Formats: sequence, structure tokens, C-alpha cells
Amino acid sequence: MSQRVPGFDTLAIHSGAQPDPATGARTTPIYQTTAYVFNDTDHAASLFGLQAFGNIYTRIMNPTQAVLEERLAALEGGTAALAVASGHAAQMIVFHTLMTAGDNFIAARRLYGGSINQFGHSFKNFGWEVRWADVDDPETIASQIDDRTKALFIESFANPAGFVTDIEAMAKIAHDAGIPLIVDNTMASPYLVRPFEHGADIVVHSLTKFLGGHGNSMGGVIVDGGTFDWSASDKYPMLSTPRDEYGGVVLHETFGNFSFAIACRVLGLRDLGPAIAPMNAFLILTGIETLALRMQRHCDNALAVAKHLKDHPKVEWVEYSGLEGHHNNALQKRYSPKGAGSVFTFGVKGGYEAGVKFVEGVEIISHLANIGDTRTLVIHPASTTHRQLTDEQREKAGAGNDVVRLSIGIEDVADIIADIDQALDKTA
Amino acid sequence: MDHDHYSDDYIRSILTSVKSVAIIGASAKQVRPSYFVMKYMMDKGFTVFPINPGHAGGEILGRMTYASLAELPEPVDMVDVFRASAAVPGITDEVLAMEPLPKVVWMQLTVRDDDSAKRLEAAGIDVVMNRCPKIEYGRLSGEIGWSGVNSKTISARRPEVRAGFQSFGIRNK
Ligand SMILES: Cc1ncc(COP(=O)(O)O)c(C=O)c1O
Repeated sequence: MSQRVPGFDTLAIHSGAQPDPATGARTTPIYQTTAYVFNDTDHAASLFGLQAFGNIYTRIMNPTQAVLEERLAALEGGTAALAVASGHAAQMIVFHTLMTAGDNFIAARRLYGGSINQFGHSFKNFGWEVRWADVDDPETIASQIDDRTKALFIESFANPAGFVTDIEAMAKIAHDAGIPLIVDNTMASPYLVRPFEHGADIVVHSLTKFLGGHGNSMGGVIVDGGTFDWSASDKYPMLSTPRDEYGGVVLHETFGNFSFAIACRVLGLRDLGPAIAPMNAFLILTGIETLALRMQRHCDNALAVAKHLKDHPKVEWVEYSGLEGHHNNALQKRYSPKGAGSVFTFGVKGGYEAGVKFVEGVEIISHLANIGDTRTLVIHPASTTHRQLTDEQREKAGAGNDVVRLSIGIEDVADIIADIDQALDKTA
Repeated sequence: MDHDHYSDDYIRSILTSVKSVAIIGASAKQVRPSYFVMKYMMDKGFTVFPINPGHAGGEILGRMTYASLAELPEPVDMVDVFRASAAVPGITDEVLAMEPLPKVVWMQLTVRDDDSAKRLEAAGIDVVMNRCPKIEYGRLSGEIGWSGVNSKTISARRPEVRAGFQSFGIRNK
């Protein structure tokens, strides 16, 4: 059995989770503890010195969290993973491991709005500069890379419209410049897209979305692809030079192809502190067991809704890469043949007023700021997340006055469509 | 032997049958990977003999250090090589001069020499190259998952619990 390579759905249920050695509990227990007993001082020293595998303190690791980490590493096809408190915490720790003050990184302009805020504003306080690029025009990436550029960051499916990014082309640009490609795979999940297979070096997720899948727990993860050579240049001293924090250990030399994940844990998470709660790790693990079933249903429902909206008289346009003839459809078929995800946008006729009426008119669809729930979710960015911007700024951010974003759930699709229809009826 | 891919069964059979290991290139410096591996192997119950001519006569982790394989006071089951690949042919000469021969020669991550492997195998010695016994032990016991590392194994069997807290052994299939 050991040489059979298990399929994705098997890994989603089994990876990382052996029976509990103490009790035989088959489901992973919630290890609701802050700390762990040492055998003796030598055992403690081995753990603190990174010489033994094991638990010290839940800010750094926890057995429930560890199962979640191994499972995500397996599903993405990476070497190791680190779970943290949120998707944003994952991004903060990744960049903390790669950057020092005065460094910069390139990021796709088309990103989740929260990431645009984090990169453009909060990171500035650390002295980390983001340089925005247009992923459809690779020259805007290459021309901004200099000696202090440390990474290229993209989303596999970009929030909010779900456009698929050409990951292989991005990987080539990054590798030609000797920097890693980081892919936020939140909107696709590893069921649809596995960025490491297309050249990515690091994958991050907000586990809050499709992986947890039930809208009940915040979480994030960093997955190490194990492919990047951190010692090929002097750009990544956290990995390639002796660390005073551990008496001079060189993490890349010591931990090889999973050293990035280890560095994120023993330097980033340990010192910055955004640990995931064991309870949340448990809930997300439970969600992941049904990822394949849910994700396929999300995609199938979303395609049916998108097709319906495309022919609807009260709808101006639909941006869903799964639609035949959509400008992004070829990339979607290439990178995500099982489906185009569940998050997309459409334009309601009647602009701002109609958008407000639509979100106020839905009855089983939930008006809130999230994606990737079993429930269908909706938001009108112009009146909520992007309210403070000018009309022109909204337009540029893909949040024009008529834009409505849907995250299609796994309810009966006829009920989703009926709710959309009755709410559209109220718009004019 | 396919030295690009080893089956879990092959690695498991080595790590569960070997009892004593000579580590060529063992370091007395606590931050060196060879020190990490030696300490871990000792924790797992292996009898370890550090080999390092620069440190011969001194102790590493309480174990006497020897200058070469020829000076070992007793036979060993396995020789673990923490030296660059270029040193492997010379080490192979020394191994083949041992009496009795070890059952296994293991070369650490990045260390590989296929010609030497053929010579060793011709003498009936099992060879593992470009692998770390600590990582492999951690994988096949499940311990490595505690650090979020992908063990690439799944099992519905009970882990093999060793004495004390937080110590697994290699699980029998
Ligand atoms: C694509 C994407 N990345 C990252 C995040 C941030 O994740 P979290 O809210 O878990 O911090 C989100 C959240 O909406 C997201 O949609």
C-alpha cells in the first residue's frame, strides 16, 4: 500500500491524521492546550534547538494545527505547510521571511481588496514597498524588478471577478529574475488548481473561504513548494545565513526543501504571533474532508447561475471565466478544467441604485463581505467595501457602481436562481 | 536498485533492522546538521559512533569520536556519510576494507556517487543516497508531521509510541 499514490479525495480525508495514539480517537482531537510537558531538560533543549520534532507552545505549533498543515501540504503537493490565524497573517509571515526594510516585491494589480490595503498601506510601515503590475502585460512586471525585489505575488483566480492568471508565464518571469513566485490560491482551492504544478514556489490561502468552506472559522496557510533555492543568492538571509535566534543554525542547510515553511514558523510565527486556534484548525480540517464534493458543486452551480444571468434582461454584463466566449475562458480551461470557481461579478442595469436594491432584495442569499461559504453570498462593492472611493477609483478597482459580486453556494441551484430573479425584479 | 526513488518499504526495513551507525563527518558543533541527526538517532535508540579525524579522541554527545572507520572498536550495521560526494569513492574503499562489512551505507542529502553505490552493492551492501535518516525516520513514524511537513504517508493504524512524551517509532505496516 505504501507505494500507491493516493488520490486527491483520499488525501483530503487522511493526510496528517492518524488515530490518536493515546485514546484511539479516529477524528483528529482538538488539542485545546497552550503548552506541552517535556521529558527532561535535554528533551526541552532538543525542541528549542530545533533538533527534535515536537511541541513546545501553541503559539508555535499544536497537534490539531499540525494535521491541518500536513493535509494542506499534501493537497497542494508541497513539502510542508504552516497554518496561521488568517489569510492576511499568512501573507504577513511570508513577506516577513523574505523581506527587510528597503526591499520591494511585485504584486498583481488584480487582487483581493484587503490584500491591496495590506500591501499598499500596512506593509509600508515595515519599509516594504509593493510595486503594482498588470499580469496581462508581463513587461510591466519585468521592468519593475531590481536588486531589492524579493518576490512576485499573484492570485490564481483573482478576486472579485475570478479571472484566471497565467501562472506558468508568471513563474518564468520570477525565476528569470531569481525570485520566488507566490500564489494566493484561495479562490480556486487545490481541488481546482495546484500552482506548484505550474511553477509556483510558495502558495498561500485564506482557509476562511473554500477550504474551511462553512463560513465558521478564520484561518490561513503558507505552503512550501520545496523548489526554490534560497542559497543561490544573498537575497534571503533568513534562510541562507546563520541565525542568531538559534545559535547560528542555517535554516536552508538544515531543513533543505522544507526550510521556508520552518523559517515561517520558527522566526515569523514565533515572533509575530498570529497562531491559529486549535478549534478553528479542527473545523477547517472537517471542512477539507468534503472539499472535492463541495468545490465541484460550487462550480456547477456558479456556471448555471452565470449562464442564467447572461440572458437576463435586467443584467448588463457577466464576468465569469467559465462562460464560452469569455476573454478569460481559454486560461480557465487550461488551468482549471474542472470548473471556474464560484466567485464572479455581474452588472445590474440601473447602476448604483439598482445595485443597492438588488442586495437589499435578496431573501436566501446573504448580503455580507465574505466568499467561499456553503451559502450563496452577495455584495455590492460600491456601497460597501469600496464606498469611500471616488467613482473613478471604483471603476479602476473593478468595483464600478453597477458591479455585484456573487459567491455561489451549494444550495439547490433552482432556489439560488429564483432568489436572484425576484431580487432583480425589484431593481426597476 | 533505482537510486532516484526508494520505496518506503526499503527505507523502513533499513531503519528498523539497523542498530548501530558510524557517522562520517559528525560535528561537535551544536548547530550543524550532522549534530542534529546524531542526536536524533541516539534519541531513537541507535548506538552511534562519530567519525571525525579533527575531533578524534574527544566526545560528541557523550560518544567517543574516531578518526576513521578502521579505528572503530566494534562492527557497525550502517555507515552514514556526511561528506561531499567527491569524498565518497575514498570512503567506499574504507568501507570495503571493513571486517565484517556493514549492512548499509547511507549518504546524506546532496551526497551521491553512483559508481561507489555499484561497488558497495556488488559486495552485498544496501545503499541509500541523497536522503536524511532523520527525515526518513520522521516521515515513517509520523513525527515529521508535527512540524507540518508532508510525510507522504497515510495510515489508519495506531502510531508506534515510544517511552516518554512525544516520541514515535517507525510503525510496522
Ligand atoms: C483571495 C483572498 N486572499 C486573502 C484573503 C484574506 O484572508 P483572511 O480574511 O482569512 O485574512 C481573502 C479574504 O477575503 C481573499 O479573498
